[in-house]
Amino acid sequence: MELQFYHVLIPTLPLIGFLINILLGKEVTRYKAHWPAVLSIAGSWVCALFTLRDVMAGKIIDADLYTWMVSGTFKVSVGFLIDPLTAVMLIVVTTCGTLIHIYAVGYMHGDTGYYRFFAYLNLFCFFMLMLVMGNNFLLLYLGWEGVGLCSYFLIGYFFHKKAAADAGKKAFIVNRFGDFGFGLGVFMVFLTFGTLHYADVFSNVSMIAGQTVNFLGFNVDLPTLIALLLFCGAIGKSAQIPLHVWLPDAMEGPTPVSALIHAATMVTAGVFMVARCNPIFNLSEVAMSTVGIIGALTMFFAATIAIVQNDIKRIIAYSTCSHLGYMFIACGMGAYAAGIFHLYTHAFFKALLFLAAGSVIHAVHTNNIQEMGGLKKYLPITYAVFVIGGLSAGGFPGLSGFFSKDEIIWSAYAAHSPVGKFVWVLGLAGAFFTPFYTFRLIFLTFHGKNRGAHHGSEHGHGGGHDSHGAHQGEHHIHESPKVMTIPLMFLALGAVAAGWVGIPPLLGGGAHFAEFLKPVVGHPEFHASHAEEWGVMALSTSLVVIGLGLSAFLYLRQTDLPKRIAQQFSFLYKVLYNKYYVDELYNYTIIKPTLWIAQKVLVGVTDAKIIEGIVNGVPGAIGQFSQKLRKIQTGLTQHYAIIMAAGAVFVIIIAIFLR
Amino acid sequence: MVPLNWYILLSAAIFAIGVFGFLSRRNVIIMFMSIELMLNAVNISLISFSQYIQDLRGQILAFFIIAVAAAEAAIGLAIVIALFRNKATAHVDEVHEMQG
Repeated sequence: MELQFYHVLIPTLPLIGFLINILLGKEVTRYKAHWPAVLSIAGSWVCALFTLRDVMAGKIIDADLYTWMVSGTFKVSVGFLIDPLTAVMLIVVTTCGTLIHIYAVGYMHGDTGYYRFFAYLNLFCFFMLMLVMGNNFLLLYLGWEGVGLCSYFLIGYFFHKKAAADAGKKAFIVNRFGDFGFGLGVFMVFLTFGTLHYADVFSNVSMIAGQTVNFLGFNVDLPTLIALLLFCGAIGKSAQIPLHVWLPDAMEGPTPVSALIHAATMVTAGVFMVARCNPIFNLSEVAMSTVGIIGALTMFFAATIAIVQNDIKRIIAYSTCSHLGYMFIACGMGAYAAGIFHLYTHAFFKALLFLAAGSVIHAVHTNNIQEMGGLKKYLPITYAVFVIGGLSAGGFPGLSGFFSKDEIIWSAYAAHSPVGKFVWVLGLAGAFFTPFYTFRLIFLTFHGKNRGAHHGSEHGHGGGHDSHGAHQGEHHIHESPKVMTIPLMFLALGAVAAGWVGIPPLLGGGAHFAEFLKPVVGHPEFHASHAEEWGVMALSTSLVVIGLGLSAFLYLRQTDLPKRIAQQFSFLYKVLYNKYYVDELYNYTIIKPTLWIAQKVLVGVTDAKIIEGIVNGVPGAIGQFSQKLRKIQTGLTQHYAIIMAAGAVFVIIIAIFLR
Repeated sequence: MVPLNWYILLSAAIFAIGVFGFLSRRNVIIMFMSIELMLNAVNISLISFSQYIQDLRGQILAFFIIAVAAAEAAIGLAIVIALFRNKATAHVDEVHEMQG
């Protein structure tokens, strides 16, 4: 099938929306900036649906639009690869993108940078769609860096706030580390295969199996090297240990940004990339184990941190880290379809959680859940969708999150390898922690008494105060406008039902999702009985229920107990509360030495001595010379006259004697 | 007939007097007069050479110099007056704002 115009329109429409708003936003569109933005992404969504229809009809499109650059044997074209994996990503990006754009109309209402916000959001969608649609590694890289750039813009959107500007920088710099490896990986792909085109690379991939290459003086297995270098990028972009530190800080950005970029789409680019490059990863046992173990460790550590945090968005951010870890577990087990399936369901329930949290923040103007409580009756819709999102995220049976998470835990169990067992145990622990911290969040936010900073529910109107209430006067908690709640309801629908396309055969489903992706990512062979599958499912489900029940017990019944536990285990509590001191570790091992080198060596020596030495030395010398020279100019007419006369005599003498 | 040498000697003598006056005196007016002396010394030599080689162009040049000298004297005296009004002096030693 040829490339159709609506395939090309998918990334082009957001680009047009971006251009309209960035060029005309300040003067023309201004507070109507959402029209081009929302319409363009909605148009992409419609085109994506048509594309999905094509792909479901069994069509796979790999077509070049034009040649981007040629240099010797290096040739890159701008072209699209549209296969089931791309189709899934297109649906995720455009669906979540559209709903979040609509939500942002209400959330960002009245902000001075309204047009700028929508322009960046559109630009982000463009790059994200290029990332998933590109048919070669360079377009992947283009989209990869583009979304990182937009992420930087949007995290630092409130740039007058130092924390936001710093968080933007942090995200960008931390991602540099990962992207450096990713860039090297792309170079290695070109060096090995002589092309960057997916189809050419993946069809020849078997020829590099078992080859070794000299890397920094060691003989390294070539597929392992390429896979691990590519995975470096995924670690940065998808916020895995040890580069996970930027994601929680990224919550300084506006909430729709957190939902779109830092939950539903951009951070999942790493998972997409690993799934896209599965032929390379499949060749390397080491790389696969690394992916799985890093995923499992991130999942576990992020989940434990989330238990004790108090910032509503940070909890969800750690939850995102944790769920991304699940996706990498699946990839590491070779069950890419399960990973992408979790990506797909996660996009809905996590975007929902973020947007619902945004709705809460919109109402109470604080991020601290310790200052909330009892919001259930003021924010009924938000409460309802939050619970749905929480149940789905926690993996409650019947909802989207359950099917995808269960498949991952099952694939880890069924892998029958030591690594598989290890990540399986951690996965089960995550299955317990996830509902626990999610419902801790819900109970602290919506249940109990209002712990608002200024007054509680004893106030006549029974509302918590906006914590910055002073500048707004009386501010009563009220439900968000329809433009925000309606997208929430649609996402809630997705959080419930999106997973139904992947119900495993065991529960009477057809596992359509895995079947759909099979041509791209294959399907691992599991040798395990139905009884085991039932057993694993029952085990993880009971852990979910226990986690939920424990959370309810601690935060609804014995509300003073959590504080006592925290005191009892104060060391553990402190470690978790300070996120395992990873930020501090980096501060002392990387940031401080770097700053020291920058200040003492670069500023102190290179800049102050060498550069300024040259810059100040040259004019200094000239100045001193001219100080001497200016003495000639005495200002006395007679001196000039004598010099003139002497000069004339001199010239005449020369003229006579040199004749 | 007076030989050419005498004219040239006269011209050189007047020019030397002019140079000496210009260098030794401090009064601007005297210095101007010295300049005029030098110019006229040149005029003398021009005219005598013109007479000697029977070419009138030398004399034309002498007239030209007289015209220019007149203009120069007019401007110069104007400057001197302006200077005197500002500084209440005509001594060049006391005017050294341009000192480096």
